[in-house]
Amino acid sequence: MALLNVTSPHLHKPGNTGAFMRQVIYATVPGIAVLTHFFGWGTLINTVLAVLTALACEAAILKIRQKPIAFYLNDYSAVVTALLLALAIPPSSPWWLTVVGTSFAIVVAKHLYGGLGMNPFNPAMIGYVLLLISFPKEMTTWLPASGVTASTEALNLLQSLQLVFTGQISGVDAFSGATPLDTFRTYAGQPEVLDTNAVLHGLMAGYGWEWVNVAFLLGGIYLIWRRIITWHIPVAMLAAIFFLSGFFNTAVDADNYGSILFHLLSGGTMLGAFFIATDPVTAATSAKGKLVYGAGIGILVYVIRSWGGYPDAVAFSVLLMNLAAPTIDYYTQPRTYGHSKPNKGLAKRS
Amino acid sequence: MSDIDYGKITRDGLWKNNPALVQVLGMCPLLAVSGSVVNAMALGAATIGVLALSNIAVSLIRNSTTDAVRLPIFVMIIAAFTTCIEFLMNAFTHELYLILGIFIPLITTNCIVLGRAESFASKHSLPAAALDGFMMGAGFTAVLVALGAIRELIGTGGIFANMHLLFGDIALNWHLQLIPEYKGFLVAILPPGAFLVLGLLMALKNIIDAQQAAKAAARKQKVAAGSRRVRTTGAIS
Repeated sequence: MALLNVTSPHLHKPGNTGAFMRQVIYATVPGIAVLTHFFGWGTLINTVLAVLTALACEAAILKIRQKPIAFYLNDYSAVVTALLLALAIPPSSPWWLTVVGTSFAIVVAKHLYGGLGMNPFNPAMIGYVLLLISFPKEMTTWLPASGVTASTEALNLLQSLQLVFTGQISGVDAFSGATPLDTFRTYAGQPEVLDTNAVLHGLMAGYGWEWVNVAFLLGGIYLIWRRIITWHIPVAMLAAIFFLSGFFNTAVDADNYGSILFHLLSGGTMLGAFFIATDPVTAATSAKGKLVYGAGIGILVYVIRSWGGYPDAVAFSVLLMNLAAPTIDYYTQPRTYGHSKPNKGLAKRS
Repeated sequence: MSDIDYGKITRDGLWKNNPALVQVLGMCPLLAVSGSVVNAMALGAATIGVLALSNIAVSLIRNSTTDAVRLPIFVMIIAAFTTCIEFLMNAFTHELYLILGIFIPLITTNCIVLGRAESFASKHSLPAAALDGFMMGAGFTAVLVALGAIRELIGTGGIFANMHLLFGDIALNWHLQLIPEYKGFLVAILPPGAFLVLGLLMALKNIIDAQQAAKAAARKQKVAAGSRRVRTTGAIS
């Protein structure tokens, strides 16, 4: 047997950034389908708007930076950023919200830091947080999930287009509804409301959102199966949420702290765990580092959801742990064969 | 000292050694108070006053202070002038005084003021020190007002709101709402917006400087090409 003498990375199969990114896009399909089923066409309209904006911004910036435009557009990274942002913002949001968020994500969070591979923060989440703190009303107004009450139906294509581009629907007065996380937060400590509110009682967890999360979970398992991502970050993040919510729900107070399934299947938990936290540029790199990084995100998500100022916290948690990723990498560097452990304890002067 | 280059002092303060964009001093008030033009102008004016007066005072006593006690003396002088300015603002622009709050007394600890006293005024004669203080303050104020204008414009869609607090009733309707029904881009008013816009302003200054340097280099090149020296190497065109 011939011994190959090549340097790392030892890849099992050829691949390029574009191929990996396309797999991520395919994996979001079930999630998009379920979101569309429950909330109408808004998600798809947002996605199209965001992708177009992202491609236009990416091309413009590449032109200014005098980089090959077609080459970088073909790596699909801008499309993935746009897609993740579009999935995170409410389907009822006006068109300019999507455009502002996406252009900020691509221009400031990605290219001002040096482009793909150089950005310390997840661009989609920077875009999301920018929108959340700038336009809190638009960013927290969700539609009621179709079927949550007997009369609630998802908007049809025309209604969704009207809502996105004009901000109102002819013939419909009220079209906002709280998400399960919002509802739980509002009525925490009032078991008589929690027990009867339809939003909180789907099959397993919050109505509608449970299936959104299951769909993203399936997409995530596909990504792990195709070896686009490893299991470390999602498993660590979900385990942290599992243990924290389990402890507070069973041992402390079930009326103030949601159940395990409620936390795992609400809001952006699964989308965050499999699609956002696993961004290879901004996450920790080694296996051990990924476990620490994922667990950190899970803990922060639970802490902010339970005691913080916002109902959901995936974006803030991911950004905070992005900030910690270089330090985590420093202390979790794997030992090289034949050498002693590289970094232990506080940084040494050499 | 008659060889002081007043033009250089002016250029240093306003552009080349701008306290906000190049020295990156006085960040605390710069980032905190630049949410609107009126706040920026008021704090800028106060800073110019303190800078110029303290530079003058420090320059006057520069030969009679010993090294050991110079820092406490400088700080005392700066604090005295800051207190005067604070009382003046309290008397004449009371509402602004309430809005700016802690940032007026904090001028005392503004690194620019002590920095200029220590590095310039204590080594130069009165006119140079006065001009330096004024120009450094003006450079700081220019950046402060630019920052305030950009943030107010992006954040609220209008500019020059509440200018009557500084200029009196004449400015009552100076407010320009450029974009009607603007949603309010809150991040520009919030602290992150200050960092973002300041970073972009610094980048803009670097771009302008790089272009100027390239132009100057091109001019030099042209002179060299036009010289009568005989070319002995390189391609002949």
